[in-house]
Amino acid sequence: MAVNILGYMERTSPIHKLSGITKLIVFIIWSSIAMLTYDTRVLLVLLIASLVIFQLSKIQLKDISFVLMIILAFLALNNVAIYVFSPQEGVQIYGSSHVIWDGAGRYNLTWEQLFYQINITLKYFVVIPAALLFILTTHPSELAASLNKVGISYKIGIAVSLALRYIPDIQRDFRTIAQVQQTRGIDLSKNEKLTKRLKNVISIMVPLIFSSLDRIEVISNAMELRSFGKHKKRTWYSARPLLKVDTITLIISLVFFIVAMVITFHDGDRFYNPF
Amino acid sequence: MRQPIIEFNHFTFKYYSQTDPTLKNIDVTIYQGEKVLILGPSGSGKSTLVHCLNGLAPFSYKGDIEGELLIKGSDTRNLDIFTISRMVGTVLQDTDGQFIGMNVGEDIAFSLENEKVPQHVMKETIQQVAELVELEHHLDHSIHELSGGQKQRVSVGGVMVDEEVEILLFDEPLANLDPATGQYAMELIDRIHEETNKTIIMIEHRLEDALHIDFDRVIVLDEGEVVFNGAPNQLLASHVLNQVHIREPLYLKVLKYSGCMIKPDMGLEHMHTLSIADDCQMKLKQWYTKSKERGREEVSAPVLEVNNLNFRYHQDLVLQNISFSIQQGEMVSIVGKNGAGKSTLSKLICGFETMNSGQIFLEGEDITNQTIFERATHIGFVLQNPNHMISKHMIYDEVALGLVNRGYSEKEIEERVWQTLRVCGLYQFRNWPISALSYGQKKRVTIASILVLEPNVIILDEPTAGQDFRHYTEMMEFLRQLNDNGTTILFITHDMHLMLEYTSRSIVLADGRLIADESAVDVLTNDEIVDKANLKRTSLFDIAVKVGISDPKQFVHHFISYDRKVRARWP
Repeated sequence: MAVNILGYMERTSPIHKLSGITKLIVFIIWSSIAMLTYDTRVLLVLLIASLVIFQLSKIQLKDISFVLMIILAFLALNNVAIYVFSPQEGVQIYGSSHVIWDGAGRYNLTWEQLFYQINITLKYFVVIPAALLFILTTHPSELAASLNKVGISYKIGIAVSLALRYIPDIQRDFRTIAQVQQTRGIDLSKNEKLTKRLKNVISIMVPLIFSSLDRIEVISNAMELRSFGKHKKRTWYSARPLLKVDTITLIISLVFFIVAMVITFHDGDRFYNPF
Repeated sequence: MRQPIIEFNHFTFKYYSQTDPTLKNIDVTIYQGEKVLILGPSGSGKSTLVHCLNGLAPFSYKGDIEGELLIKGSDTRNLDIFTISRMVGTVLQDTDGQFIGMNVGEDIAFSLENEKVPQHVMKETIQQVAELVELEHHLDHSIHELSGGQKQRVSVGGVMVDEEVEILLFDEPLANLDPATGQYAMELIDRIHEETNKTIIMIEHRLEDALHIDFDRVIVLDEGEVVFNGAPNQLLASHVLNQVHIREPLYLKVLKYSGCMIKPDMGLEHMHTLSIADDCQMKLKQWYTKSKERGREEVSAPVLEVNNLNFRYHQDLVLQNISFSIQQGEMVSIVGKNGAGKSTLSKLICGFETMNSGQIFLEGEDITNQTIFERATHIGFVLQNPNHMISKHMIYDEVALGLVNRGYSEKEIEERVWQTLRVCGLYQFRNWPISALSYGQKKRVTIASILVLEPNVIILDEPTAGQDFRHYTEMMEFLRQLNDNGTTILFITHDMHLMLEYTSRSIVLADGRLIADESAVDVLTNDEIVDKANLKRTSLFDIAVKVGISDPKQFVHHFISYDRKVRARWP
């Protein structure tokens, strides 16, 4: 009934089988490469690899269409903003200017700017599947255990995993509340004017917030009554030991990282310059 | 000599946020291995007592303590919540909200994880505990997939897993369970007690259902004080329950009405142990024949008809071929197992979900394709949790909301809101903020906000959940009044008394099918239906059979109308 916005999806795939800690480290390496490099060749390889891994994970495009739309909207906004605030960024970086279309003042369109923004977009496309995969294929409890293993406090780990766990519950509450409010004429559909719709959202948020506060009180009592926070460390029921495949995956991504860095920086510049 | 494990000595507790103490001068000792039941109406201090026992008060809910509370000889003020929680394990009332783990095994393991137990030891312990609570085949199941009874067993397991816990504290374990599951839960608790000899303390106001197992002692709280502390049979023979408005077992109530002397040695705790002397049997029969009357039976036009309704969720057929019709002015209950599809059925009728096939008629008009909003003018739905419905700060605004959005004039809105508030007994609060109201009053506000639209039919999900007997009676008498004024009422319930007392007819669902549509008395005296739908036969029927009354069903009817008249005289 409810759209699953972002949460663990149980499937049987090689990606699901990897331990949470492996996926976390690969994800960190992966996004470090994507953040550091502007080298189009590296980005393209990463992109293809991302898509292949995504295929392997058996997560369907429709499972994530909602989040994807939001991210794409932000991406578009980001691209527009870059052009508005810095239309000559590409020219500065690549040190040449091939004008495609002559606009007013600084606002002409150059191949360099276009190429630069394509690279930015590519970076998004490299990180998005990796981030989504990490969240969608890692069991929240294992996620908590993994975060803890890389040195983050277990309290933060549990907080993150609880937050992820509550998303479906809160969605369910939201749905029920929205339906009940609809009976009283509070409409969130497109039949209503946008300003009215925004106002109507508030009528749903108030009960949602109050019922969520109730939920928080119950869960924090339940946790406290079962010794949560007593010691500095804790053990994990669902932590998985590293298997051979984990080690192999980790080695491969490390090699990948080094190669990518070498290619990116060997000419002393993070950018690949075709001009 | 028995070892005291919990000692309240002149114990008084006052929350910082309140001016008067919630618990006053409590003097109670509970011994190692005892099974103790704690009763009390809302506001009697039951929950505070639970909080004091498990350490939430004063460590999370701050307050002042006078006197002392000793657990295993140490004053709780000198302990911390972690130490207390290793001695007292609490199974909270909210069966959904208290889970931390995603799957069964992980949730049971939670306290072991926090105690830094190594993973392999943990897995072994959990296997053992899971066997004790009969979940050994469900360890990998996600909590969401479980039934209400299974969820409760997970919470019990999560507490049992710490072997050092000597006291098990159950906060209203029957609240969210259907009657048969509740019975089973009680038996499980009893078995755990036998196998482990842990001290069991249970808070519950469904006395007759709780007494399904034997308790060593019952403590009754009222207005923060202990008004009774003794054996169950002593309590049942006394007037205490009546004074604090806790529902007595019905089989005893009927004996009292008939003028029988109730003595502690009559085997009062259970229907099957009850011995009724000959003179008492005579009195019971006389009482029955003296004032027989028939309930009203009117036949009028159907207001709501459901035809061959089918509903699938993902691939599962949740509701199958449901057909029934509701007459104008009826009060009908929808009952059945946890997860039998009762709420789903109500949501389908209100248009919250779309059914796969079937039709719904309202006063002969096909409303199958109407939107939620359109249907809401005729059918109102009141959720179980009032906090899910209330979105305004002030009572007036909350009740007016539906009318404002339907574009009525200000004058007409005011008139209708005031009128509705009068009907709901909320008129004197019309300028109050909702946050100042009690739970039961909030629930009334939500009913008022639906009622103001003047629907022909109101559907309520568990209208009395979380309310004690007195508030329950108030709420139900209020609904009956509405019903008398012509509103057709349907409600979902787990409470067999509620269904017997207030509804002429019951729709019984089991595993997505409608298995009965007949009078509540007929349903609750039919063993086949009772079994299939996880209900429980009323003890009134049993007592009638026991004393040889020829028409036990009529006897049940008679009791209900008599009892209602008595309760109508409550202050």
